[in-house]
Amino acid sequence: MKRAGFDNPWLPILLLLPQLSIICLFFYWPAWQALRSSFFLEDPFGFGETFVGLQNYTRLWDSPQYMKNAWFTLWFSFLVTFFSLAIALLLAVKADTVLRGARTYRTLLMWVYAVAPPVAGFIALILFNQRWGPLTEAFAQFGWLLRVRLEYFDTAFAMIVASVWKQVPVNFIFFLSGLQSIPRAVREAALIDNRSGISRFWTVTFPLLAPTGFFLLIINITYSLFDTFGMIDTILRNNPGDQPVTLVYQVYLDGFRGQDIGGSSAQSVVLMVLVLALTVFQFRLVERRIHYT
Amino acid sequence: MAELSHTILLPPEQARAARPVAPARRHRRPLRWGAVGNHAVLIAGALFMLAPLLMLVQMSTIPDAQIMRTGPSFEIGDRFWPNLEKALTESMSFSGETTGLNMFRNSMILGLGFALGKIVISMMAAYAIVYFRLRFATLAFWLIFTTLLLPLEVRIVPSYEITQKLGLLNSWTGLIVPLIASATATFFFRQFFMSVPEELLEAAKIDGAGPVKFFIDILVPLSRTMIAAMFIIMFVFGWNQYLWPVMVSTEEGKFTLVQGIKQITQGLEGGHIPEYGRSNILAILAVLPPVLVVVFFQRWFVKGLTESDK
Repeated sequence: MKRAGFDNPWLPILLLLPQLSIICLFFYWPAWQALRSSFFLEDPFGFGETFVGLQNYTRLWDSPQYMKNAWFTLWFSFLVTFFSLAIALLLAVKADTVLRGARTYRTLLMWVYAVAPPVAGFIALILFNQRWGPLTEAFAQFGWLLRVRLEYFDTAFAMIVASVWKQVPVNFIFFLSGLQSIPRAVREAALIDNRSGISRFWTVTFPLLAPTGFFLLIINITYSLFDTFGMIDTILRNNPGDQPVTLVYQVYLDGFRGQDIGGSSAQSVVLMVLVLALTVFQFRLVERRIHYT
Repeated sequence: MAELSHTILLPPEQARAARPVAPARRHRRPLRWGAVGNHAVLIAGALFMLAPLLMLVQMSTIPDAQIMRTGPSFEIGDRFWPNLEKALTESMSFSGETTGLNMFRNSMILGLGFALGKIVISMMAAYAIVYFRLRFATLAFWLIFTTLLLPLEVRIVPSYEITQKLGLLNSWTGLIVPLIASATATFFFRQFFMSVPEELLEAAKIDGAGPVKFFIDILVPLSRTMIAAMFIIMFVFGWNQYLWPVMVSTEEGKFTLVQGIKQITQGLEGGHIPEYGRSNILAILAVLPPVLVVVFFQRWFVKGLTESDK
């Protein structure tokens, strides 16, 4: 807040009103609804609801389907985060060193940021087409016959490839801006001390990029959890069967299609707790980052 | 001496290259395998990103029957313009409303409406929080910034129920307003307003400017770059929405291009020849506007992204 702020009593309330009313209506009310319904069992015909305590939560814990999807979400997030960070870091380091065509490379490597996730799924469907998909053919050369949308593991593989493709640009942009903010004096001192490029990267550049990397870690986990919905829905063509889905997709299936409001609310609350934990973790890291610099 | 300082000012890689070259042969650069390797990695990365889109374009130029047999290839055919016309003007369903043009218009309404609405609302809120002595300032601040913690996806089903209760299904309001209920842009503008020098406000007050005049004549013009950066990020975000439109807009006249991808892939199934040409053009149409915005306004976009996400 500014020291010499205005004293007008009504104007600030008027200015805050649109934002606050939208937030109350479409944020706090639904969040409260989710929390409340997670303790109730709703009559499927809409005639009423009964308080069931934690039953909706224990039901999740006991559901093999839910636990299976939870495991899938876990290793899906891990692999997507790992590969998109690793590829982006490699590309950012190279884009930072080359002199010719640096701008062209930057543009070519970042535009995919703007591609909508369902389109990434659509492209994956073509690349992994059963009969003539270029990637199906490429892997068949190595004796791996991919059957996306039929085999659990193969579908997961296609989803990971599409997600990594879509996520590399964001990481690339952040890593590159992180690299460019390393002071020139530090780079030159490192160059004098250490002629080997690889060892210079691990002892100087990588530790200096660590704060960016921690921040991106959270961003990527959140991405794998939430922003992959459209891609997954497109690959499964609306018909998941026994194919892998993430927990967010499960919320949609149970709550919107299956009309199991109590169960899907409990799932929403689980996700909320997960996101809150991630955010607290991130804030603590950001706090620590201040001591670095 | 001038030579030496010049070398130090160069980026490290270039400095290393410049040093051993004898003055007489300065213009002929030795081929460095390290640089070749760097370019090879970057070209491979660029191809990894670009190849899928080029494949979509290639497939839209050859007849559907041929794609059904052989899939994508390096052949360029002559079906692009007929396919484009079909994608833009012919509807995918019986209602006659899911033409490419109609969906393009709806996507524009969603992208622009979301970006504009979000920017106007968050600038107002951020202005109130930063520039006024308000009794509930701390409460308002926490109410607003708690929304940063939870994305729409985790409260999607209750949000749908509330939108339904309010009778907002299949309306632009029901589509756009719930998406605005998060404080990313408000947070960003708050950070920016905080960095504006205090003296500016004091000077304006001495000159007799009221709060409205100060906002419109000084603060908004000062935030031009920030507004542009936010606008690009928000337009791309709004245009690319999928889950919420799928739930809220069920009337075909309201379908957006990104949402239409679902219909497009379903059109690829079934006994008849799948319409790859038309589908691919619709997919390209769905990515083109946000990609062009990001490419052409790259500097603002990168600024907005790296500064707002923190």
